[in-house]
Amino acid sequence: MKNPYIPYEVKIEEAWYETPGDRCIKTFKVTFADEKVWDDWSHLPGQCAMVGIPGVGESMFCISSSPTEKGYLRFSIMKMGKNTSALHELEAGDSFYVRGPLGNNFPLEEWKGKNVITIGGGIGQAPLRPVIQWIRDNRDDFGELTVIYGARTSADHCFKPEFEDLGSCGDACCHLAVDVEEEGWPHFVGFVPTLLMEVSPSPENAIAVTCGPPIMIKFVLENLEKLGFAPEQVYTTLENRMKCGIGKCGRCNVGHLYVCKDGPVFSYSQLKEIPEAFA
Amino acid sequence: MAVKKLSKDKVKEALQELTKFRLIAPAKSDEVVIFKQIENPDEAYLEYGNSTVPPKRVVFPQTETLFRFLRGSPELKEKDVEEEGTTVIFGLRPCDARAMAIVDRLFSWDYEDPYYLKRRQLTTLVGLACVEPPSVNCFCTSLGGSPFGTEGLDILLTDMGDHYLVQALTEKGEKLQETLSAHLEDAPAGDEKKAEELAAAAEGKIARSINTEGIPEKLPTLWEHELWKKVSAACLGCGICTFLCPTCHCFDIQDEVEETGEGRRARMWDSCMFSEYTLHASGHNPRPTRRERTRNRISHKYSYYPKRFEVIACVGCGRCINLCPVNIDILEILEQVVDAS
Repeated sequence: MKNPYIPYEVKIEEAWYETPGDRCIKTFKVTFADEKVWDDWSHLPGQCAMVGIPGVGESMFCISSSPTEKGYLRFSIMKMGKNTSALHELEAGDSFYVRGPLGNNFPLEEWKGKNVITIGGGIGQAPLRPVIQWIRDNRDDFGELTVIYGARTSADHCFKPEFEDLGSCGDACCHLAVDVEEEGWPHFVGFVPTLLMEVSPSPENAIAVTCGPPIMIKFVLENLEKLGFAPEQVYTTLENRMKCGIGKCGRCNVGHLYVCKDGPVFSYSQLKEIPEAFA
Repeated sequence: MAVKKLSKDKVKEALQELTKFRLIAPAKSDEVVIFKQIENPDEAYLEYGNSTVPPKRVVFPQTETLFRFLRGSPELKEKDVEEEGTTVIFGLRPCDARAMAIVDRLFSWDYEDPYYLKRRQLTTLVGLACVEPPSVNCFCTSLGGSPFGTEGLDILLTDMGDHYLVQALTEKGEKLQETLSAHLEDAPAGDEKKAEELAAAAEGKIARSINTEGIPEKLPTLWEHELWKKVSAACLGCGICTFLCPTCHCFDIQDEVEETGEGRRARMWDSCMFSEYTLHASGHNPRPTRRERTRNRISHKYSYYPKRFEVIACVGCGRCINLCPVNIDILEILEQVVDAS
């Protein structure tokens, strides 16, 4: 019986800050300390892992790299509580521990041939990044890729160099936003749901995926409905406090679903049935 | 295997025989009865109603180590449950054994929980039928159980007055019966029939009941119903209803480190009735008040669990009713669910 509570040690190859401030976001590019772990490891975009340090604790994060990026995993982590603060202390050469992959994934196989629109806000771009990367690495399998992303200020944007590359190479149509006017900002000023209406993507043969703060998700879902997207064309991820990550410890449920095991990826049609989903 | 009898004057020597295993039996501890490991048969107290703390703590301890570590060292030392050895729980009530059979589904669902499942494999359950209901708040018969129920048990003992009737129910049970053969005699003719009569009589003595039909489907439709505010108004959030519930299985995971740098990752019982249970690091809490938490407790037992595992996560032992400090009564809540429109 494999013990799902025992984490793997990972070594940090590179670490860098995506955003500044009290709630800064740091990205860790890691590889398994024991190379053999790669033989058993396989994940898909949307899946998560328990990340932590023995003696401090562990918390659930999405794996922010796509499996098409070989030989490493990425985690982009916002400094928030005890565990994330301890992780933020770590630099290249240091270790932490990972259990996973956990949870379900975005059904990218089912999306083949479709146009995909990602709508992200703040750190919510982390689970969308592997979707975008997967599509870029399997470009012929998908139709148009539209990336809509916003954060409070331009400094709060994650993955900035990648967005520049994404727009210029023609893999995707990028639409960026900041909440308030700032000098030299050439793109949209306003909230992500408003930018979505501005871009106004067609629902025809399309899938929309949205991740971000709950209030943004709420209005994005409403606006997608206005644009004619059916609930089964819309996907999002949920998060809740988690401990085991494997559907045992109880706390992350929304209705009868465990976010850790049945999620984190849900279609809007699934969540419409669950009154607790957006509590 | 033939039914046997265990004469009451041979119970002590039978228990003595079983101390070669890790023997767990009901024992008095201050004012209450709990299941604990016994070395001396005199400690066992079989004339009990039911234990305050259910025997789930034997297979799912209140706190247990998952692995040990030394800070700064990459090596993690997994806790080996096998070291605990073969275990016999002697004299547990049928409802508590059935609760384990229900919780088995959760711990073996998709990911296998090695700690719980190894312990279950190592454990033989010797049940003691309820000739008299242990409490006025017993309602096992409403949930598919019965005072003589055998689900989850390996052996069933029935108190026949001067002896116990011994019925092995599983291979594990037969093996244990074999171990005890020197202390057992053939059961008197007519004992089995008499036990059946006692079982029927015992069912008739269960005083409380609820018709659970339709409750799992109805609960999600009552999400915003005012009843949740009413039934949770008196709740203190002490969590006793969940800690002492034989099917409650929620746990927390915490790391503990000593000054030497040695530490462990441990899991411990947690309760959905605590606000910290669902509190996000951001400060947001999806279940901010006892209204939402009570709604979740009842919905988890009577709707979510049966939806996934095809069985209600309640065995009708009555502990949450008997031990609630403010007399919240799960049957009264369920009555309101049935009556709500």
